[in-house]
Amino acid sequence: MTLFKAENLAINFGGVKAVDGVNFDIKKGECFTIIGPNGAGKTTIFNLISRIYDSTDGKMTFDGKDITNAAPHDIAGMGIARTFQNIELFEHASVLQNLLVGRHCHSKTKLLSELLFLPSVRRAELAHREKVEEIIGFLDLQHYRDSLIMNLPYGVRKVVELGRALCTEPKLILLDEPSSGLNVEETKDMSFWIEDIKRDLGITVLMVEHDMGLVSEVSDRVLVLNYGRMLAYGTPQEVQSDPEVIKAYLGG
Amino acid sequence: MRFLFKTNYEQDIKIAKHSGYVWSYAALLVILLAVPYLLDDYYVGQMTQLFIMAIAGTGLMILAGYTGLVSLGHAAFFGIGAYTEAVLSGNGVVLPFMDEPIIFSFFLSFPLAGVFAAIAGVAIGIPALRLTGVYLAIATFAFAIIVEEVLSRWESVTNGYSGLLVESIFLGDMELTDGLPFYFLCLGVLIAVILFSLNLLRSPTGRAMMAVRDSEISAQSMGVNLAKTKTTAFAISAGITGLAGALFGHKLGFLSPESFTVLQSMELLVLVIVGGLGSLHGAVFGAIFVLALPQGLAILKDFLPTALAEQPGLEPLIFGLLLIFFIIFEPMGIYGRWLKVKLYFQMFPLYKKSTFKRQKSYMKSERLK
Repeated sequence: MTLFKAENLAINFGGVKAVDGVNFDIKKGECFTIIGPNGAGKTTIFNLISRIYDSTDGKMTFDGKDITNAAPHDIAGMGIARTFQNIELFEHASVLQNLLVGRHCHSKTKLLSELLFLPSVRRAELAHREKVEEIIGFLDLQHYRDSLIMNLPYGVRKVVELGRALCTEPKLILLDEPSSGLNVEETKDMSFWIEDIKRDLGITVLMVEHDMGLVSEVSDRVLVLNYGRMLAYGTPQEVQSDPEVIKAYLGG
Repeated sequence: MRFLFKTNYEQDIKIAKHSGYVWSYAALLVILLAVPYLLDDYYVGQMTQLFIMAIAGTGLMILAGYTGLVSLGHAAFFGIGAYTEAVLSGNGVVLPFMDEPIIFSFFLSFPLAGVFAAIAGVAIGIPALRLTGVYLAIATFAFAIIVEEVLSRWESVTNGYSGLLVESIFLGDMELTDGLPFYFLCLGVLIAVILFSLNLLRSPTGRAMMAVRDSEISAQSMGVNLAKTKTTAFAISAGITGLAGALFGHKLGFLSPESFTVLQSMELLVLVIVGGLGSLHGAVFGAIFVLALPQGLAILKDFLPTALAEQPGLEPLIFGLLLIFFIIFEPMGIYGRWLKVKLYFQMFPLYKKSTFKRQKSYMKSERLK
């Protein structure tokens, strides 16, 4: 079953066609990876899906709904969560607060009741905390609950960001280079977590990744982009042996 | 050193994290309740002024310290609050179909002062949605100048530069807006404002504000509505500052547009930066700083050689120098220093100077990106 579908997706920045007529669909429960050389338009596609950019052409459908013109802050509530290439955590807040912000799209309390901290707000906060604790357990973040992000090493921040995305209880999670800046061991952990997210939590994964080892380990299908255009589309093995892809990566 | 053993999630929600909070703040409250009976009238008045500044500081802290939006125009909300209070409780509002103007009771006009300021906050908040950093500071600065002009030209209501007398409020025989009763009124409002702010900061809206401060793009991706959060922050901040303005009006007894100039806005901004951006303690510490420093300097003058003490511009010089030293050596403000002193005693004799080294980073709002 198709969860997400991009049809003829395009965006121009002035004369630059960053993404140019890209078509793909993501099936429920799979891990779909976008690869390509630097500047190929991978992160731009992420920004189009999370509606930070307005597409110049094309259509995006998620879970049967057209999200081409949805408001960027409604995307999380619909079930799409994301992480960022250069970690965008809330630096001056604790890990716990960061994860609780991930619950924001599920909070329904009104401002007035929050000012008075009525019992309903307290109950909602405790319920959010339970959910957050599930994720903390899942990602082994117990030690860091009360640490401020700015005092944490890069590897841990990466995991916290993944956790924050999971706290929104997404159907589709967008991971922008989950292994960048991680050492071999941390990359290994990341690949297990991606497997677990897919299998145990039943969340569909869309990721951008450069580490081909990780890509072939966890992805079901791969899309290769170059200069905003689709180059190849298929299983990791098929894509890696595609002559066009080899040409784009190695030149010649 | 105290180690907290957490056994349930409620502990992280509570305002008083451990018994130490309860007894230390109870002691502070007892002192504040006893102080007016022990001090001269003059100092009671100064303490009242301190509470008013701390209320206004809390208002600006929510905007600048927690939402990362720097406002150089908070004197406008201060002024709107003061004039609303003075007009509603003084001359009253004349409606065309009534012979007598409606004069509001203090308990109605005081909240209305906050509401009017909040509405003005929304009015500036909506166009300010597209602005950040220095540009927002300039926009709010311009807004403050417009409000100052309106206050001086709208003579039928504000009486312009001739000034507006603020009527005292009587509760039976007791004058509520002077001396001891006013002291307790301002203290009560300050405590209420701080409690409301603490509640706000531990619930989703407060967290959304901090998220907007630290990273707008990821806040948005987590489902935070930027426009709504920023407008709410502006409204709450302006509303609280308006309440402080209403009290300030009664403190002065006489309003003129000159009381609400850009200098006042600057003073509020200095208050939150020196106090420590991003902490409610900072609002109170900052208020103590901006009020106690001129007093301290005046006392200091008595001990200086005459030639030096009578030098013009001595006070602004010291004030400016202290401000520069704060920004350089203690970016977290007095609250940052307070944390260090507290930790020193908690860890004694094992305190390490380097504990806070990594945290010497600047808040985004401070960087004025």
